[in-house]
Amino acid sequence: MSMQTGLATSTTQLRTYAPSTDVSVAAPAPRLEIARGRSTAARQNPRTEPGPIRFVIIALAVTFLSVFVVLPLVVVFASAFSKGVGAYFAALAEPEALAAIKLTLLVAAVSVTLNLVFGVVAAWAISKFEFTGKTFLITLIDLPFSVSPVISGLVFVLLFGAQGYFGPWLQAHNIHILFAVPGIALATIFVTFPFVARALIPLMQEQGTQEEEAAISLGASGLQTFFRVTLPNIKWGLLYGVLLCNARAMGEFGAVSVVSGHIRGETNTMPLLVEILYNEYQFVASFAIASLLAMLALITLVVKTVLERRLDETEVPDGD
Amino acid sequence: MGLTLTWLSVIILIPLAALFLKTFELSLDQFWGVITSRRTLNALKISFGLSFAAACVNLVMGTIIVWALVRYRFPGRRLFDAIVDIPFALPTAVAGVALTQLFAQKGWLGAPLAELGIKVAFTPIGIFVAMVFIGIPFVVRTVQPVLIDLDVEIEEAAASLGANRWHTVFRVILPSLIPALLTGFALAFARAVGEYGSVIFIAGNLPNVSEIAPLLVVIRLSEFRYADATAIAVVMLVASFLIIFLINRLQRWAQARIPVH
Repeated sequence: MSMQTGLATSTTQLRTYAPSTDVSVAAPAPRLEIARGRSTAARQNPRTEPGPIRFVIIALAVTFLSVFVVLPLVVVFASAFSKGVGAYFAALAEPEALAAIKLTLLVAAVSVTLNLVFGVVAAWAISKFEFTGKTFLITLIDLPFSVSPVISGLVFVLLFGAQGYFGPWLQAHNIHILFAVPGIALATIFVTFPFVARALIPLMQEQGTQEEEAAISLGASGLQTFFRVTLPNIKWGLLYGVLLCNARAMGEFGAVSVVSGHIRGETNTMPLLVEILYNEYQFVASFAIASLLAMLALITLVVKTVLERRLDETEVPDGD
Repeated sequence: MGLTLTWLSVIILIPLAALFLKTFELSLDQFWGVITSRRTLNALKISFGLSFAAACVNLVMGTIIVWALVRYRFPGRRLFDAIVDIPFALPTAVAGVALTQLFAQKGWLGAPLAELGIKVAFTPIGIFVAMVFIGIPFVVRTVQPVLIDLDVEIEEAAASLGANRWHTVFRVILPSLIPALLTGFALAFARAVGEYGSVIFIAGNLPNVSEIAPLLVVIRLSEFRYADATAIAVVMLVASFLIIFLINRLQRWAQARIPVH
């Protein structure tokens, strides 16, 4: 019985092994006997590979991940502490380092907040209403994911730079966007644009509009419906989006590098300071800042795993 | 609705429009001149060529990793599953300095490799290594759900009909993974082409030898040659749009090809 369903969904490749029209019989044709004789080991356990091959595949996967992914992470911490714990904390207490940490936190707070509000509104609009140009809207939201970070920075230089479209006007009014905090925030908002909306759209689409309609028909206002019905339903997805958005906002390098102007103590975020210190051969200081960012990444990964489990759990009971 | 569109326009549409407006300020001859200059051509060749090579390595290693993670049970499996996401999560500048330190002549891996006469850091090989690093999660995370959902009965049917394991894997399982594999490949490739932070530290950045296209954009900007920077950016952008278009086609093809159980 199980074999029949299996064959019903089989690919054309499989049919070469079952040339007879009556698949439920599956009488071995003479040439299949040859195939059997060739691989008795595989026949004993048809669902897996022989032991040695299994070992080689696991060894390859583990070695590759250890060398290419784990080792760089270890190097960050090893280099940060290479001159001892004292040097590590001294590097982090430098005024320049503190300024960079403060700026990074500020930029992340601004861009996460704005993208949080937008992400919820956009996901709401896309998942609960039908309108023309929806696909185009989704494509636009996704766009920053596929654009090189350098180009993300470049577009803001073209807008607000000295030769940019709004450059002369901004200069005349003494407003600083480029090579200042607003430019860094704008570039960060651009690159972190998709995270919240992307996390929410599938979730909200799956949940549909029934609960909201019920709330409104029972006399709830729009805002009440949102805060009492929609928000509790999407809270884990929302947290997930905010988490990833924040990680990227704090770690963004390319886009911010283009618009920041690298003014020491003023427009250097943590990733930019990592670059400057590294290029000045101040390795301990550079890797001390890098270690903070690496810890952020590790914490993000742990929380992400926990949230993913929560999301799976919430999907199971009402996932019919 | 109005808020969505306004915000979207301010943050995405207007900046992108500026990019294309700037390009139209160039005459076709000027545009062509920028694009076909030796340095630009070499930078584009380095970026696209090495990205392609790195995506190929990611395709093979990604498949092996997915297979080990999904099909086998071994100590530390869940840990390694989580580790795959590190290149996603680690800020690119951190990855850049870490890989450089690792593969520099006195680094943990650089020193033994130097004794073999292989120089990685500050050569095109370094760019390739960084691109492999950032690309690996794309293939793994694209293929993993497909392999998990793959109908076990197909394999059992193939085996019970006399196919040996080799045949089952290469003629039954891998063909159903091909759409996901290609999507993962394209995503890794697109990411590598645009990558900046994790590449520039280890690259050496020698014009015509180890200078990637995104870096050339930054250099032209710092020289206030905005038009040049924009022309290179537009070529990269059009290339990534083509890749996205291809990905969407592949996914549609995949959906049409794999029957719904």
